[in-house]
Amino acid sequence: MDTALLVTQLMNGLQLGVLLFLLASGLTLVFGIMDFVNLAHGSFYMVGAFVSASLVLALDSFILGVLLAVPIVVAVGVLTEVIAVRNLYPRNHLDHVLATFGLILIFDELTHIIWSPEGISVPLPHWLQGQVELLPGVILPSYRLVIVGAGLAIACALYYVVSHTRLGMLIRAGASNRTMVGALGIDIKTLFTLVFAIGAGLAGFAGMLIAPITNASIGMGNDIIITAFVVIIVGGIGSMKGAFVAAIIIGLIDTLGRSYLDDFFKLFLGDEAAETSAPAISAMLIYILMAMVLVFKPQGLFPPKVR
Amino acid sequence: MTEPVLHVTNLRKSFGGVCATDNVELSVAPLQTHAVIGPNGAGKTTLISQLSGDLTPDEGMIRFKGRDITHVAPYRRSHLGLARSFQITSVFLDMTVLQNVALAVQGHRGHSFRFWKPVSQDPEIVKPAFATLEQVGLQDRANDPASDMSHGERRQLEIAMALATEPDLLLLDEPMAGMGPEESATMVETLKGLKGEKTMLLVEHDMDAVFALADQVTVLVYGRVIASGAPQDIRSDEAVRRAYLGDEA
Amino acid sequence: MSVEAKTNRILPIGAIGLRGWVMIAVLAFLAVGPYTAHVLGQGFYLDLATRLVCLSIAAVSLNLILGYGGMISFGHAAYIGLGAYCVGIPAYYDYTSGFLHFPLTIVVCGLFALITGALCLRTKGVYFIMITMAFSQMVYFFFVSLDEYGADDGLTIDYRSEFPVVDIEDGVTLYYVCFVSLLAAIYIVHRIVHSRFGMAIRGSRSNEQRMRAVGYNTYAYRLTCYVISGVMCGYAGALLGNYTNFISPEMMDWTRSGELMFMVIVGGSGSLFGPVLGALAFLQLEDQLPHLIQLLGGAFGDLGFSELGQGIKDFSKHWRLIFGLLLILTVLFARGGIDGILKSIERRRRD
Repeated sequence: MDTALLVTQLMNGLQLGVLLFLLASGLTLVFGIMDFVNLAHGSFYMVGAFVSASLVLALDSFILGVLLAVPIVVAVGVLTEVIAVRNLYPRNHLDHVLATFGLILIFDELTHIIWSPEGISVPLPHWLQGQVELLPGVILPSYRLVIVGAGLAIACALYYVVSHTRLGMLIRAGASNRTMVGALGIDIKTLFTLVFAIGAGLAGFAGMLIAPITNASIGMGNDIIITAFVVIIVGGIGSMKGAFVAAIIIGLIDTLGRSYLDDFFKLFLGDEAAETSAPAISAMLIYILMAMVLVFKPQGLFPPKVR
Repeated sequence: MTEPVLHVTNLRKSFGGVCATDNVELSVAPLQTHAVIGPNGAGKTTLISQLSGDLTPDEGMIRFKGRDITHVAPYRRSHLGLARSFQITSVFLDMTVLQNVALAVQGHRGHSFRFWKPVSQDPEIVKPAFATLEQVGLQDRANDPASDMSHGERRQLEIAMALATEPDLLLLDEPMAGMGPEESATMVETLKGLKGEKTMLLVEHDMDAVFALADQVTVLVYGRVIASGAPQDIRSDEAVRRAYLGDEA
Repeated sequence: MSVEAKTNRILPIGAIGLRGWVMIAVLAFLAVGPYTAHVLGQGFYLDLATRLVCLSIAAVSLNLILGYGGMISFGHAAYIGLGAYCVGIPAYYDYTSGFLHFPLTIVVCGLFALITGALCLRTKGVYFIMITMAFSQMVYFFFVSLDEYGADDGLTIDYRSEFPVVDIEDGVTLYYVCFVSLLAAIYIVHRIVHSRFGMAIRGSRSNEQRMRAVGYNTYAYRLTCYVISGVMCGYAGALLGNYTNFISPEMMDWTRSGELMFMVIVGGSGSLFGPVLGALAFLQLEDQLPHLIQLLGGAFGDLGFSELGQGIKDFSKHWRLIFGLLLILTVLFARGGIDGILKSIERRRRD
């Protein structure tokens, strides 16, 4: 087996994994604390990509563009929460999915109006266009390493915030006992807005990271959000740790399945049969994984303790 | 001595270190009314839920009519003749009173894989349902939505639904919960009417009701049985007075 | 009063009521309207009506599990796609008999619903919503990866299903086949929800624990209901595939499932005819909203606000924005949908 190719694929899998984590962590936070299902979470991913694309082009600086785009997406998150989402918390999950489905239509159309239906490509600065020789003979685009590094850094930061800060304490308390947080004299409304906005910021950041590779395009959030759902189902809804582990597993399985499944099938199938069946099976691989997790652990790999 | 309808041995259930049911032994003889009393947090509802199958015990055995039902699914227990009412009123608010009871009757008339004939024109269901409503005095409200009923009436309906399954043992989880004195009196009358006809296991807070109804009383404190016997013996039991009744004196 | 008399009072057969009249009017219109338009040379309306009727059947089937059973499936478009491919793939190999296509649809959709339903129904609430969504996306990606059958680009169906006597190559015949199917679907759902099975399903929606306590194996009833609904929706998909002569994975994208839900909710979930009204509203909005916005822009233009008018006219291509707003407003303020509004008018007139 070609080691260089394997390492490259592993890195691609990790890249998908950290992006999924950035999306899934927000989803799982919002669900764990507000018991709210947000289908429109992928819209923040898209908005992040578009905002950063415009800013990068306007300012001619990738770093500056992304740094400015994050607070803008967070602000969009705050606005969404205050205008629409807040009224939906007391409602049931059916209302959540319907209303946020409506939000997706609105976000897609607004993006269409503000930018264009075509989508925008984001140029990378020269210093990120290069390649790095990770191991002898294993050459990787440096930007991929940046994505993986940034994603892991955010994961660590999130872990620190949730387990070592006052905000994290409130978040953990809110996830297990909503009335208690209220009783502590914390303004629960503000906490909810904050958590929702953090989730939006994380999703937006994921969109910014991917934009130089795939371009910013309308509907880009609608595909990946389902995969993010699979992540939190596998990980256990409401569990941060579960979201991380499942995101990495699913990123790797999806990527490696697409590149190696046909070789694997050739071990016990004819070449032709392997080549026709492998793409179909690899497209379904993560869903099959999800089904298996559901059979053995219906609450996910890391079910939240209290609920 | 006749075989007990319900026989519980060494029952144990804990939630994250807290022992809600601790080595409980309990026996209910046919046609007796057996009350389980105990202060808040004594594990009474946990006990009922294990008997009905909504919770699985960690250890121990539940025998019902001589058969081990410890790991039998709740709906199967219902078919075996075990019925429960819920502490938190659990009726179908979007249906009429009659439909609520009809649903319970239907649960006991074989399977419900019958897709074509309307239930409302099925005398096999509607007649027994109506008869059960008469038994608890709700016949005049048959066609009102359950959501229109008072709390007391909903508690009566709760009993009617349990009765409609023609049980051999009724598990009643605080039937007087949240009732005023007048409503309680009606409920006591209803239960008195069933006394001697049905075997009942009654979990209750209302001491007057317990002493008016029960043939046997078991006292549960922190998941453990501290006394069991005839009502008058329990009343005079020193340990019980200290642990429980003393609070009220 | 006898029991029968009392039960008759809950189901007033004599009084039709506003909702009944609306249903009769819509069905009567569907029975003659599209054909008349076709005869008058407006074939477009026959096409629109065929699509409406097919989507209505799908919405009726979704309503059975969503409205009556409380199972919030966000993956029903998968069955439309599966049904359509059950026509398309055999036709690709020149097997054109309808007696192959439709039984195949029933078997494939039934099995898919049985397997995925058995898994989904082990979970509750949000898990259920997301898992149904994920499984439908799985089917989507499955067909995207099948290069033989056109992958992303879809598959053209050269021949419609062949039946003896009834020739659905003819648009009018196809329409009436669909229309009769819709009537049958509504009647079947009507019978089911009032039967013992239906009561078991409705009871499980409101209080599953209680249902188990009175002797119901709720899982088995729900799974059966899920399979019935999946098969019915697949049937609608097979009709739709016949009508469009084309299928692509795009038909089962999860946003299509969202649109089916829109129809059920806007029409009124848990009401017999609501989903049809919802499908009607959906297609009308999709078709008319851009024109309406144009008209509004024109009116402003005539009043002298030419720039504003032009702005509104330009906005008409963004009608989806209004669509989204409408959905949110329905959820926030009109829970019962169109049927709920009709019901409250009915009640006010009675008082």
